Amino acid sequence: MSESSAIPLTTADGIPLKTSLRRAVRRSRIRAFLLVSPLLLFLVVAFVMPIADMLWRSVDNPEVSTQLSRTAAALEGWDGESLPGEEVFAALAEDLRVGQEARNLGLLSSRLNYEKSGMRSTINRTARGLRTLDPPYKEALIAANTTWGERDTWQILQRETSPWTLSYYLAAVDRQLSPAGDIVKVPAHLEIHVSLFWRTLWMSLVITALTLLLGYPIAFLLASLPLRYSNLLLILVLLPFWTSLLVRTTTWIAILQSQGILNDLMVALGVIADDARWQMIHNKTGTIVAMTHILLPFMILPLYSVMKTISPSYMRAARSLGGRPFLCFRRVYFPLTLPGIAAGGILVFILSIGYYITPALVGGQSGRFITNTIAYHMQTSLNWGLAAAIASILLFVVVVCYLVFNRLIGVDKVKLG
Amino acid sequence: MPYNDNRAGKSGGRGLVACAVAGVSLVGLSSLAQAQQTLNIVSWGGAYSMSQQKAYHEPWMAQTGDEIVNIDRSGNALAGLRAQSQAGNVTWDLVDMLPADAMIACAEGLIEPLDHDELLADAPDGTPPSEDFVDGALGECFVASIVYSNIVAYNSEMFPDDAQPGTIHDVFDLENYPGKRALIRKPINNLEWALVADGVAPEDVYDVLETEEGIQRAFAKLDTIKDHVIWWEEGAQPPQLLADREVAFASAYNGRIFNAMVTEDQPFEIIWDAQVFELDGWVVPTGKLDKVRDYLYFATDTQRLADQAQYISYGPARVSSSPMVSTHAETGIEMEEHMPTYEPNFATAIPKDDEFWADYNDELTQRFDAWLAQ
Repeated sequence: MSESSAIPLTTADGIPLKTSLRRAVRRSRIRAFLLVSPLLLFLVVAFVMPIADMLWRSVDNPEVSTQLSRTAAALEGWDGESLPGEEVFAALAEDLRVGQEARNLGLLSSRLNYEKSGMRSTINRTARGLRTLDPPYKEALIAANTTWGERDTWQILQRETSPWTLSYYLAAVDRQLSPAGDIVKVPAHLEIHVSLFWRTLWMSLVITALTLLLGYPIAFLLASLPLRYSNLLLILVLLPFWTSLLVRTTTWIAILQSQGILNDLMVALGVIADDARWQMIHNKTGTIVAMTHILLPFMILPLYSVMKTISPSYMRAARSLGGRPFLCFRRVYFPLTLPGIAAGGILVFILSIGYYITPALVGGQSGRFITNTIAYHMQTSLNWGLAAAIASILLFVVVVCYLVFNRLIGVDKVKLG
Repeated sequence: MPYNDNRAGKSGGRGLVACAVAGVSLVGLSSLAQAQQTLNIVSWGGAYSMSQQKAYHEPWMAQTGDEIVNIDRSGNALAGLRAQSQAGNVTWDLVDMLPADAMIACAEGLIEPLDHDELLADAPDGTPPSEDFVDGALGECFVASIVYSNIVAYNSEMFPDDAQPGTIHDVFDLENYPGKRALIRKPINNLEWALVADGVAPEDVYDVLETEEGIQRAFAKLDTIKDHVIWWEEGAQPPQLLADREVAFASAYNGRIFNAMVTEDQPFEIIWDAQVFELDGWVVPTGKLDKVRDYLYFATDTQRLADQAQYISYGPARVSSSPMVSTHAETGIEMEEHMPTYEPNFATAIPKDDEFWADYNDELTQRFDAWLAQ
């Protein structure tokens, strides 16, 4: 013992064993890191950076502070009570003149139009008409456009000189800053986002419950049938899974629309009258039916993989101990399938709150999700700040769902296959 | 050995010749490639892109050898331009967009300001472009090619022969004209029509809409038919919904309905009353002017605009083109009475107020969405 501690063990080439071991471990660590580094790089480029960019955009507010820098500086000492003085108006005129020459007032006017409708044309018209304006600018600007004579215009300008803003997040939850700076609800006729968030959540829950209800017996059948039948059945499950999402969605339109297959069939059978056809698409029903069908494989496959591992002898044992079939199922089989239910449930739920193409096509008005609003602000209104804020809230909701799920069930218990 | 040497020399010589030939042909190819360029042109797709293909692109490609790639992205052109400009990689050379979007893109510096009289062709009689184009067709960064119209069409087979609808009032009259309506899922057009149906004169529509009472009045009128409306989002939907008899009325772009009527023989009729017309045309992304200068000159001349009207029922934006509009290229029917600008169709037309919508679209869209969700 004492000898071995006095003379350290060495490898054949005389390097102490400890050092050699450490080197070998480090080498294998580097090799492992290099092996996963493409994936790591992909994750950073494709997930971490876009998400960081999105979070940054949702609070970024560069327009007023950069495009109206002189005005912003001049507004610093303004008390917010009476209209600002001539020097602020002169600074505004100068800012707009420079902006008009560089042709970069567009983003500024869009940004201010979010805060106060009409600011877009106010900025653009004023900038175009500046050449004919003479000092004093206060009178001249107010005469050219009465918006400059309103106190709240200047309160908004002063507030938005900050390089960061919460107004996108406030707009995403149907709130706004009053000109005085308090957080208030938007007028009732403009409230839209909160109800859409709730609808997205509860409809996703309904869809998850329906996929479970429909998928559980199918998965059970898949797991208990002899192999050659169950393989056939599995193909029937997977075939739609491999079919284009758009094809499956539009097929539901053909089936469910009021002149569609299902309604025609029921009219022909005399179940409903020709003028009382059911409206089953372009509403909530349409979204729920189509999305349940589309997401069903995501429930069946995890359930199947879990059920496959449950030995039939457990049920036989339970029966032989005198349990009636339902009791045996409830006390023995069902608890064993919980990891599959959890995996399928969280998978379907998270997929469905992020779905957007199917609700857009078959959801009509009542079956839309908050994701459709994000798409609208990304592609049409070009209010990317608001889109980023709504998306960030959705991301937050998903993370909270995940954490709650982890606390209740435990992610390590989830089996995907 | 000499024999071998000889062979080597010979083959070496041949290699040299081959190299020279290849070099010459390469030089030839590259000079050809310089003469022939590829233009990425963004437009609306469908029947509209087809009319541009026939009237502008095909003659241009035959004349110059250029290649033209059609990109169907005009629906989101502003978003695309902004994204490409922020990424510093603008791949679009010419974009077809609405004047309202062009105004915003111009203010953001995404597109080139245009000197119309210098860039565009004079009319055949020598009238300069600034006088030859219709009012509002030439924006700071915009040159219109067509006048198109938002109209309501109906399926004539869904009403008895003696009770066919004819005015915008009838669209809001559920008692006499039952059936579903398909309307665009936007406030634009719907608010205008609601006010006209409620008794506002077409020329006063935007004055009324600028007041809170006017907006409430428009929404109240829409409330009366809300339960009977299917809201569409893609231009291809309304003709489809009409053809499937899913709806009795559908708001649509007049060219799409025209196409369904003449080329697919659908029993559709257009209600021209209170049509909301606007222009549509070209903008040049910043930095692309030199590349598309010649094409733009060609595609906006009097003959080309008149030619386009052979393929789709959108009116040419040049006054000098109107007399040259003839018959539909495929069916030979007279195009004149199908044009939004045809006198009887135009009597109660509303010119879309781009500035109003530039200011109020964000707010009214949110209000419209909230109203829909109620």
